[in-house]
Amino acid sequence: MAGQTDPHVSLFSPEEVEFMAEDELVEIVPNMNMEPLNFIAGDFGRFIPQIPIQVPLWLAVALKRRGKCTFRPPGWLSVDNLTQVLEAEREPQSKFQALPFSYVEIARLLFDHARDDIPDMYMVRSLVEDIRDVRLHKLENNLGTFLGTSAVKMENVSAMEVNLVRPFARRALEAFYKHDKPEVVADRNTRSSRQPREANDEPRRPLRQR
Amino acid sequence: MASSSDMGSADFESLSSTSDVELLKRAWRNEKAAPEILPYEGDLVERAKGQIELVEENIEAYVENGIDPLVVSLYQMDLDRTQFLLRSYLRVRLLKIEKFMFHSLKSEEAESRLSEQEKVFARRCADDLAKHFEESVLRKLPENYQSVLKQSLISEVDDMVPEPHLDTFVVCRSKSHFTLNLYEEGESTQTEEMDRGDLYFIRYKIVKGAIESGKMDLI
Repeated sequence: MAGQTDPHVSLFSPEEVEFMAEDELVEIVPNMNMEPLNFIAGDFGRFIPQIPIQVPLWLAVALKRRGKCTFRPPGWLSVDNLTQVLEAEREPQSKFQALPFSYVEIARLLFDHARDDIPDMYMVRSLVEDIRDVRLHKLENNLGTFLGTSAVKMENVSAMEVNLVRPFARRALEAFYKHDKPEVVADRNTRSSRQPREANDEPRRPLRQR
Repeated sequence: MASSSDMGSADFESLSSTSDVELLKRAWRNEKAAPEILPYEGDLVERAKGQIELVEENIEAYVENGIDPLVVSLYQMDLDRTQFLLRSYLRVRLLKIEKFMFHSLKSEEAESRLSEQEKVFARRCADDLAKHFEESVLRKLPENYQSVLKQSLISEVDDMVPEPHLDTFVVCRSKSHFTLNLYEEGESTQTEEMDRGDLYFIRYKIVKGAIESGKMDLI
């Protein structure tokens, strides 16, 4: 079985996180006429020049690549708002600021494909990068205050951030939980005391924790 | 999350529609994040397959009728995305079946989570693996140690069967306001008020029910 088990089976790759972000709606201004599109994912359109319309990010990027539309960057992606967010994030003991769940992915896709539609693009990009760094640092510090309870609330943490800390946080919380619960271990030992061979749990571990 | 309502269209809360694609995405995400195999979403998979076939036919018709290639390529992209979700969903399940095949076949409850095709796959997998182990190793061991499922004859339970680790922690997001019990039988009562959109690291066993009933999503 060892050869077949994928240790990352329960984790999302960066591409998959981006895939999910591509379903977020963004506003574009088309420059052509097009009949409504009846997708499996929903109906969009019709498209009329100069009339703003909401479409999923992947569709917006596809149209933009062919020069069929311009983006209207979301309100949060402005120098003013991002400066505010960055200052608030830098406050000591501050909470995480409210940003879209996929802010990193959305911002990156817009930087890659719609740079000419974002005012002060370089400023905005460096702000987003700074915010990301500050938040990651904060997240790492917060991990130190995790308690071994059954539930840890994470306020305003984004998709990418969750995905990054998940492997570590999961193992840490599992360990907390295990040591918090002596009766679980005791229970297993009484059950297996009739089977001396099984009393030592060690050799079985590789089978279970993969 | 109260302040997030002004975050504009990009916020996830505006995406609360329940199209089959959304449902499929949810099923895919839950299946990927859950430590054990979840009940098979048979109806949803059939509907998604039907829609995929329909769009495939439509695309062929568009090409024949000389519709704008741009429109055709957009439909193709939509199709690709749905197909990816469906394939990935089924593959994650196959991976889990391979991992826990003996466990999945041991109890009716576990087996009822699989589709008919998955059951056949699990059985053949388990048979082949058992046969392989017997021929390559087990037959050469002393008599007491020849079972695929047990360490030795004196084991009372099947202690060589890998089982999903349900005490692991997962990340989940609540879809509405509700109160969740954080305790299991025999523990002190402790509850947590959850609001729509709240994100938690939480022990899988605790939210198992809420996930299967659709109150929470794994992330």
